[in-house]
Amino acid sequence: MTVTFPQKGLPWLLLLPQLLVTAVFFLWPAEQALEQAFYQEDAFGLSREFVGLDNFLDLFTDPLYYQSMLTTLVFSFSVAIFGMSIALLLAVMADRVIRGKLTYQTLLIWPYAVAPALAGVLWWILFDPSMGPIALWLESMGLDWDHYLNGGQAMILVVIAATWKQISYNFLFFLAGLQAVPRSLIEAAAIDGAGPFKRFWTIVFPLLSPTTFFLLVINLVYAFFDTFGVIDATTKGGPGQSTNILVYKVFEDGFVGLDLGSSAAQSVVLMAIVGVMTVIQFRFIERKVQYS
Amino acid sequence: MIENRPWLTFVGHATLWLGVALVALPVWMALVASTHPASAFGVGHIPLWFGDAGVETWKSVLLEEAGNGIESSVTFMMLNSLVMALGITFGKIAISLLSAYAIVFFRFPFRNFCFWIIFMTLMLPVEVRIVPTYEVVANLGLLNSFTGLTLPLIASATATFLFRQCFLSIPSELVEAARIDGAGPFRFFFDILLPLTRTNIAALFVILFIYGWNQYLWPLIITTDNAYYTLVMSIKRMLSVTDGDIEWNRIMATTLLAMLPPVAVVIGMQKLFVKGLVDAEK
Repeated sequence: MTVTFPQKGLPWLLLLPQLLVTAVFFLWPAEQALEQAFYQEDAFGLSREFVGLDNFLDLFTDPLYYQSMLTTLVFSFSVAIFGMSIALLLAVMADRVIRGKLTYQTLLIWPYAVAPALAGVLWWILFDPSMGPIALWLESMGLDWDHYLNGGQAMILVVIAATWKQISYNFLFFLAGLQAVPRSLIEAAAIDGAGPFKRFWTIVFPLLSPTTFFLLVINLVYAFFDTFGVIDATTKGGPGQSTNILVYKVFEDGFVGLDLGSSAAQSVVLMAIVGVMTVIQFRFIERKVQYS
Repeated sequence: MIENRPWLTFVGHATLWLGVALVALPVWMALVASTHPASAFGVGHIPLWFGDAGVETWKSVLLEEAGNGIESSVTFMMLNSLVMALGITFGKIAISLLSAYAIVFFRFPFRNFCFWIIFMTLMLPVEVRIVPTYEVVANLGLLNSFTGLTLPLIASATATFLFRQCFLSIPSELVEAARIDGAGPFRFFFDILLPLTRTNIAALFVILFIYGWNQYLWPLIITTDNAYYTLVMSIKRMLSVTDGDIEWNRIMATTLLAMLPPVAVVIGMQKLFVKGLVDAEK
């Protein structure tokens, strides 16, 4: 039990800045979104009428919204799975080497600091159909690359850009997880004649499962909400709807399409999704404490 | 090392070098692209080796104007980015330190309720409620201002949690001793708490600086005045040039300059950065 100070007014004064910012810039807009979701506004913003659950009904009967959900799932799981697989491979290798571990770490983690939008632009020029070296190389191999027209290829481009940025994060956490695996266990297995691959799959990988699950949640949250810049700087949700993930759609329908009611309803749905993911994250972290 | 397997060691190094090369590939290309004149990009492919127009482009981008419709120089936008990043970082750290202090070291009604309010910000990232947040900031007259760029982003549940954890781990004997020696809440905060949490603050500073510098959507929608453009969002404006061709050499130079400060921070303060990442996820 911590010893406390007796003052009664002071704590409120100390909390005031945080609570004020939270109330004005977080809770008020969230409340506005909630309210707006039940109204239909005309295009000029002059009048609005109460429409009840119509915005939500429209949303959930709109095939485009389901398509966007599907796109988000494909995008997020691709980013999470590729990013984690590559990072795990690199982390296992880095855990093995004796010389130069820190150098490798330095050379692998810096993309964390690159803004998602910039990551998108960097990969865009590599894949630009008229001048990008990779696109031209693919073409010479007989594969027509044009992410301006081909939705699947546009998706591949944004997945690569988003994954590239996230490998560093996964790498650091996998490396820390690997270093926490007791050496004695691995030695015992080696003495019993298990080779490196068998040791990895039967001992190391199962012991890493808390890290893996934690990273899966973090990566999905990242792909859901932090990749706006990648999409906006490269494909803008296109071609067609092929890369229009939920967090991009809510922006586009609100700011470009000016359909405020629908955008607000989408905000409410997204807030619910973040809420669920945050709870999962916290539940898990409570469990992780018991693991160790 | 459990056993000596030379071929596996070799595979390890080879894989890591391949990984390093793949990670560096786009930056290498961007660097090469920035050294060629704009006219080199229309004719088939980006040259794969450095050209000789690099110095000119970089100088012009840094000192004159970024081009592609942006009149400000990169240096000017870097200052804007720096003000925004530092504003967000110091703001978040300051108000989170204060609120964690209040929650841990005082007892008052609705203490848990306040904690939950702060917790809720975690569930409301700006991207998902972008339209109403824009309206609120517009109503307050904060568009095109540094206050508008920083203030709405400085509430932080993560930082508050982190400091709360730090404060809770401080032995109560220390607090008692300070109380007996007559230290009031202010003295205790500045002379004991701050020095004890110094490394945590520094680690969080690194993470938050990167977060602040890389803000993209928020500056993009609330600034329409060149004077407030930040570096990361200016790329988007440069890409959406309507008349004439995109000057890729300038865009690549600007992109590299936009990522330089946070990347330098990660590499230069690697230990603090790693600590910050791990701390922030606890």
